[in-house]
Amino acid sequence: MFLFLLAALALAGSVAAATRIGTSGVGWAGLARVLGAHLGLDVEPLPPLTDSLIWDLRLPRVLMAALVGASLAVCGTVLQAVTRNALADPYLLGVSSGASAGTVTVVVLGVGAGALGVTGGALAGALLSFGLLLLLLRRTGLDSGRIVLTGVVVGQLFTALTSLVLMASADADTTRAVTHWLLGSMAPARWDTVVVCAIVTPLGLVAAWLCSNALDGLAFGADTAASLGIGVRRTRMLLLVVTAALTAVAVATVGAIGFVGLIVPHGVRFLAGPLHRVLLPYAALAGAVFLVWTDAMARIAFAPREVPVGVITALLGVPLFLLVLRKRGEL
Amino acid sequence: MRITAEELSWSVAGTPVVRGVSADIAPGETVGLLGPNGSGKSSLLRCLAGLRAPDTGAVRYDGEPVRDWSARRIARHVAFAAQDPGADSDLKAADVVGLGRTPFRDRWHGPDATDRAVVAAALERVGLTALAGRSWKALSGGERQRAHLARALAQQPYALLLDEPTNHLDVRHQLELMELLTGTGQTVLVALHDLSLAARYCDRLLLLHHGRLIASGTPAAVLTAERLAGVFEVDAELTTDALGHPAVTYRGPLGTPAEASRPTP
Repeated sequence: MFLFLLAALALAGSVAAATRIGTSGVGWAGLARVLGAHLGLDVEPLPPLTDSLIWDLRLPRVLMAALVGASLAVCGTVLQAVTRNALADPYLLGVSSGASAGTVTVVVLGVGAGALGVTGGALAGALLSFGLLLLLLRRTGLDSGRIVLTGVVVGQLFTALTSLVLMASADADTTRAVTHWLLGSMAPARWDTVVVCAIVTPLGLVAAWLCSNALDGLAFGADTAASLGIGVRRTRMLLLVVTAALTAVAVATVGAIGFVGLIVPHGVRFLAGPLHRVLLPYAALAGAVFLVWTDAMARIAFAPREVPVGVITALLGVPLFLLVLRKRGEL
Repeated sequence: MRITAEELSWSVAGTPVVRGVSADIAPGETVGLLGPNGSGKSSLLRCLAGLRAPDTGAVRYDGEPVRDWSARRIARHVAFAAQDPGADSDLKAADVVGLGRTPFRDRWHGPDATDRAVVAAALERVGLTALAGRSWKALSGGERQRAHLARALAQQPYALLLDEPTNHLDVRHQLELMELLTGTGQTVLVALHDLSLAARYCDRLLLLHHGRLIASGTPAAVLTAERLAGVFEVDAELTTDALGHPAVTYRGPLGTPAEASRPTP
């Protein structure tokens, strides 16, 4: 419990510190003044331009990074247990491919551009692909291998559709913009999307955490889990819906940020042990801290040019992942 | 607890696996389930453990049909241990045993003092106390088998349904496990391959062949040379061992020329 509070404090500290950093940095005092002014305290506000930069752009972006990082890490942990596959990540279900297809449909073809916008298009695509996944999985026992295979098939279909639309209709600039989004970037985060995430993410995390016992039991196969009183099919379905919802909301706003959902679960399992009751909360915190800092790096490393955060997570993630595998004697 | 199977039938993809099995396992009885590979032992056990819904027929616990029971309610009555529940898990042995407390825990709370005491007692009974903190991956096949039995015991069930729990065990641990099972006073249904072990420890035997129950009764009544020839396709001799239990001596598989050249004991 003490460790967990410490980790939570580390996250709060990371969020504050990352909010200070960027093309126009502010001191701790400046940050306090921005927060104070917007919370209605009697402090002298910063100049409007700086204030807007911190409050309207950077703070939602950092909070978004924390929420998305927590979501992705928890989704990865859950899907690794449900599919009994160490390589499972949040995009295994094909939801991100669905979101990409939705995005290019809106951005390139202009379908529903007014009504949906990019985020709405991505969300619609994600839900469509997940609906197709469930349709293909209906009347099966939702066993691990079938989930993985069906997810890959659905993902491939929507990836092909994305490429088709891009190649057939997009000009160079649009392709470049969409590619940037596909690699994942926190830049589009604003307060309205943060609020959606701030509602969906905690609900999803708690729902997943309440399935901790089932997640532990599922490691020993469906029969053993069922003999422990776990409603295997129902639990798997619930967890698929929860992870798909979390992933869809994240991907719709900031694109498919790779690697967080794959490496953070393994790293945290190494430190916190494999019991999901303990593992899931730490994975959420670690994922949040990891993405807050990698996003900060994406902003400042090649400033003023910004690198997609997905590139940084992979560059940092690969060596970390290798280190964990080495320590566990699996490489 | 009394477990009753009434005309149970179960099929997979149109192939009947369990065919009209009726059996009654009395409270406190240790019953051995015998039969060659593919005779339907595992499937019958799973039907009785509520893990498969039979196509026809019923399973009753103490006379009550369990068809509509929740998985959790069933798990509070019977514990089931699968034959080879291999898992690529990092859980500690004690945590695996702790899974047996799942049907008694709610979603919000971790293990309480009772859970920990039950787990410690279960580990003690299978002789794994010293390995409680060891990772599942680092356990040998036999240790995993015993850990799974401890997990089943931690469920504090009225009946234990075990699928070949002596797999992977050396002789000493096989004997220990069978004594532990018979000493619990619980209703035990155990699928076994070792006929002599079954004859020695079980009160009663059920013999399955092609999904049908073809014999049931005391070891001496069920194990006859004719049945072993018909069911297992072996040439065997039934004797009584030094302790007065039926013992099986195999001369060889039936229908092979090796019979003549093999030295008779």
